[in-house]
Amino acid sequence: MRIKSTEIVDTFAEAFEMWGTRMIITADAPEWADAAARSVTGFATSVIGCKCEAGVERVLSPDETPDGRPGVSVLLFAFDPDGVANRLVERIGQCVMTCPTTACFNGLEAKKNIVVGGKLRYFGDGYQIGKRLDGARFWRIPVMDGEFVVADRFGVQAAVGGGNILISGASSAACLSAAKAATAAMREVPGVILPFPGGVVRSGSKVGSKYKELPASSNQAYCPTLRGFVPQTNVAKGVGCVLEIVIDGLDLKAVEEAMQRGLHAAVKPGIKQISAGNYGGDLGKYHIGLHGLVGGKVA
Amino acid sequence: MSLKLTLKKKPTVPVEAESICPDKMEGLGLKDIAALPVHHGNETTTVGDFFKVTGKSNGEIRLEGDTSRFKMVGAAMSKGRILIKGSIGQHVGVAMSGGEIVVTKNADNWVGPEMSGGRIIVKGNAGHMVGCAYRGGQVGVTGGEIIVHGNAGNEIGNTMRDGLIAIGGNSGDFTGVGMLAGTVIVLGKMGQRNGAAMKRGTIVSMEDAEMLPTFTYACSYRPNFLRLYLRHLHDLGLPIKDSWIGGSYHRWSGDSIELNRGEALIFDR
Repeated sequence: MRIKSTEIVDTFAEAFEMWGTRMIITADAPEWADAAARSVTGFATSVIGCKCEAGVERVLSPDETPDGRPGVSVLLFAFDPDGVANRLVERIGQCVMTCPTTACFNGLEAKKNIVVGGKLRYFGDGYQIGKRLDGARFWRIPVMDGEFVVADRFGVQAAVGGGNILISGASSAACLSAAKAATAAMREVPGVILPFPGGVVRSGSKVGSKYKELPASSNQAYCPTLRGFVPQTNVAKGVGCVLEIVIDGLDLKAVEEAMQRGLHAAVKPGIKQISAGNYGGDLGKYHIGLHGLVGGKVA
Repeated sequence: MSLKLTLKKKPTVPVEAESICPDKMEGLGLKDIAALPVHHGNETTTVGDFFKVTGKSNGEIRLEGDTSRFKMVGAAMSKGRILIKGSIGQHVGVAMSGGEIVVTKNADNWVGPEMSGGRIIVKGNAGHMVGCAYRGGQVGVTGGEIIVHGNAGNEIGNTMRDGLIAIGGNSGDFTGVGMLAGTVIVLGKMGQRNGAAMKRGTIVSMEDAEMLPTFTYACSYRPNFLRLYLRHLHDLGLPIKDSWIGGSYHRWSGDSIELNRGEALIFDR
């Protein structure tokens, strides 16, 4: 299948079940909400190396936040609810509570909830104050600029991690241009994040390594410099660069929609091929076929 | 279509009408509802002796007429809604745990004593002892909301342990006396000796207030949590000013004769 001059490979992205949550960070000014959001989503590109994947979903206007201040919506994913809870306690405690004027609220109504503020409250050393308003409990923890307000519990739900597309182009410039357009299109979809820097990853990995201690290693089949001598290559002739975009979402539909939009946006001059990463279909619960997406199929 | 109780005879003395409650009228026919007992002075009478009962039970009960002598309406209510098109007597919503009671005019003393959930809205004024424990009780309100658009009397929130009481106008003396936790917000002026003997909890006022000497001044700051409360009250129809939502408040800690973990937040600017 081709769209213009770009081949859409007949393959699928293999995505996994993860658990996800949404936090709403607010502050007196947008720059402080942004500072906290950047900090809380730092070192959160891959669940294998970072224990979670996180990113900014979108910037919120004051009329969209619980306390009427500028805000940022952040999504965080981990392998299980306990993992999400632990990461939230660590990251909100170190990256949001520390940031001047901020507050942190639950942004996901879900059947399952995890205790976060209820653990962070102990930082107050007995001076914390619990409040309950309209059925939701939150904590006021005394800090040096006043109080840090944090929700007692956050919703967590089964989610989808590892949706992806691979963009193969003649040059790095062509690939970067396509990836930039694709990430911009994907970010329009609610409920997804692109956890890698700028939404793009160049070090696509495979499971395992010749070195026993490594759980993952470079995916040589997509490295253009190795095309001439590795046993099997997925780098087409004339391709000098491959970039991957990884998508995590709160549900399958959001991931598929993001992939679909990104795929179409990435079709640009100089892009030879758009493919997707998978492990033969044996590891991931969700198989998202590219041809189905081009045809408009979304869960 | 809601169940409608239209007053046909105003009682000469107060009537204890605990049976006027969605929990007690649910699933009953009009005749059975009319036969529910109420206590008129020292006599046991029926709902039908005072009200014309029409409509159909859908979870909402509408009271029409001058019901200011009917006490304990909505007692132990756990669900549904009571719309009182007029004024209501004492003890409305006593010990309620859920649902909503709306009073379009005034409520007498003892609004929502010892309630644990739900919401009572009084569009007019309320008497003394809003959201309190009964005399001799250790704990008052443990949850839910009481919203009074007008003024209220003395001892608002006496020994409350959780929940929210908001007064749109002024409150009387001893506002928040003996509070254990929870939040009292007065948009107008409070009377004297506010927060006396409070252990924990929050009293907020938008007008200057004279604090007891057993309260200690801390600072003027912007309490972010208050934004949540004030926006909530705005959504419920109270006239909340933008300057209050983003404003600074003087924080007083007290009462030092008790735990000293309570707070009074008085609007600064």
